[in-house]
Amino acid sequence: MYSEAATALATDLGLSKGRANLEVFAAAVQDLAEADRDVLAVTSDSRGSGKLGPFGQALPRQIVEVGIAEQNLVGVAAGLASTGKIVFAVSPACFLATRALEQVKNDVAYSDNPVTLVGISAGVSYGALGSTHHSLHDFAALRAINNVEVCAPADNFEAEQAVRYAAAADRPVYLRFGKAPLYDLPSDAPVQPARARVLREGGDGAFLASGETVIHALLAAEHLAREHGVQCRVASLPSIKPLDTDEVATAAVTGAVVTVEEHMVTGGLGEACAASLLQAGLAPRLRIAGIPDEYTVTGSQADIFRHYGLSMEGLADTMRSILGH
Amino acid sequence: MNDHELALKSWQYRRDILRAIKHAGAGHTGGSLSCTDILNVLYNRTLNVSPDTFGSPTRDRYVQSKGHSVEALFVVLADQGFFPASDLDTLCGYQSHFVGHPTRKVPGIEQNTGALGHGLPICTGMAIGAKLDEADWHVFTLLGDGELAEGSNWEAAMAAAHYRLDNLTAIIDCNSLQITGRTRDVMSSEPLANKFDAFGWAVREVDGHDLAALEDALARPLAAGKPSAIIARTIKGKGVSFMEDVGRWHHGVPNDEEFAAAIEEIDAAMARLEAAA
Repeated sequence: MYSEAATALATDLGLSKGRANLEVFAAAVQDLAEADRDVLAVTSDSRGSGKLGPFGQALPRQIVEVGIAEQNLVGVAAGLASTGKIVFAVSPACFLATRALEQVKNDVAYSDNPVTLVGISAGVSYGALGSTHHSLHDFAALRAINNVEVCAPADNFEAEQAVRYAAAADRPVYLRFGKAPLYDLPSDAPVQPARARVLREGGDGAFLASGETVIHALLAAEHLAREHGVQCRVASLPSIKPLDTDEVATAAVTGAVVTVEEHMVTGGLGEACAASLLQAGLAPRLRIAGIPDEYTVTGSQADIFRHYGLSMEGLADTMRSILGH
Repeated sequence: MNDHELALKSWQYRRDILRAIKHAGAGHTGGSLSCTDILNVLYNRTLNVSPDTFGSPTRDRYVQSKGHSVEALFVVLADQGFFPASDLDTLCGYQSHFVGHPTRKVPGIEQNTGALGHGLPICTGMAIGAKLDEADWHVFTLLGDGELAEGSNWEAAMAAAHYRLDNLTAIIDCNSLQITGRTRDVMSSEPLANKFDAFGWAVREVDGHDLAALEDALARPLAAGKPSAIIARTIKGKGVSFMEDVGRWHHGVPNDEEFAAAIEEIDAAMARLEAAA
């Protein structure tokens, strides 16, 4: 996942590797379910991918299997939520967010059934399986749906907090989790709804990143500081919608902003930030780092991140290019 | 309410449906008239739902999956006292909650529907929820026969049988017409009873305008451990001779002469019913 230089830098920064966010999700939702028998996981032959095997063993009454049927998954989840259940609808993000999009729009969001939609193995977690299994459109699709929050946690702490927030929320939330073990980010800042977490200060430029790209943005900023004397602000934006427009505006003060996401460059975090900036009358130099509008290259998540410049080296180069270094 | 009064209700509902559609200048006339008797029996004989009980967690649930026939549902809910009948004067108007498909902003509506193929999955979830709680309330949904081309129905049909949801009843308003023409020509759903049977449901076919037959079919699960499918054979535009089984009334709105003729037919039918009583 990480180059030797990135791994060495992370080690030097004292960062330790945690678990995959999917594993954190599964443990958190089981913890919630053990305390409240109304907490349910609805799965579409996805309990293995969702790391919910132990949940199913421990709490068989609280896992509802619908088979390989994502439209039904979301409809059933909405019906269950309408009866007062606290429902996590768990399916690979690639299928949940687009195959079942009309059910998300109508049965969950429009009907105000507070289901937590859990997109597992998101982004290019299934990188080698090809584009059918990539979810690089979920931010765009779900940002366009009224009454759904869109959340991509960056590390285990953000993931745990997001699961607990979504369970308690009285409105639908989409959570996006990947498969790779993640570094724990160096921040004690609490995760607050719709707020960014600032991981690093800096006045020369700013990275606004989400999900599993955040650590790469942080390493890029550290690399830029050590190798080039450039100080960059880094913020994790676990909430794609609603967007923390205050943080976006603060980042713009540096004059150079790179947004980073494991998503198409269309319709995701970057375009949300761009729209926010322009409507606030702010026009920093801006690059949207993500997956371009082309047939996505296949390979591991690390290969794909490296290919599209989403790893430490690529992000550092992008920032240097807009800074004119 | 005795059987005679129940029969009169269907005619009263048909008259109110036509008035609402005529006033709004829009609506799904044919399908609303085909399911009128089904809704009459549901709300006056079957469901434990009323304005007083609608907030109760133990109420029965009714979700109208064929949401385009909302005028019939609005008229019945008004008659049940969920809101004043005069509210329907705003049907399809600017900022009205009485839009062309069910929304929960209207008192008495369980779920927002309108896109087809959504009611059965939602009701499957509701019925699983009731089973988890060991509650004895029942879930009903109404689908159109044309709607059954939506694959999500069959995903839910499979799941409902898998979970042995005998607390779930799906009523199919089989009026054999859809917007393009005959359902058998557009996309045949027959043999429908065999399909539901093969999916593991208990099935009964009834005349969807026979109130007693409907009441009996909806009174209890058809079989223990199986969801119930009631295939209600109906006539689109039922009750108005020139609308019956004519495709253009799918969402046709009567002109002044047609409206007057339709009301005259309905009034005459009610008078005959009164005279026979």
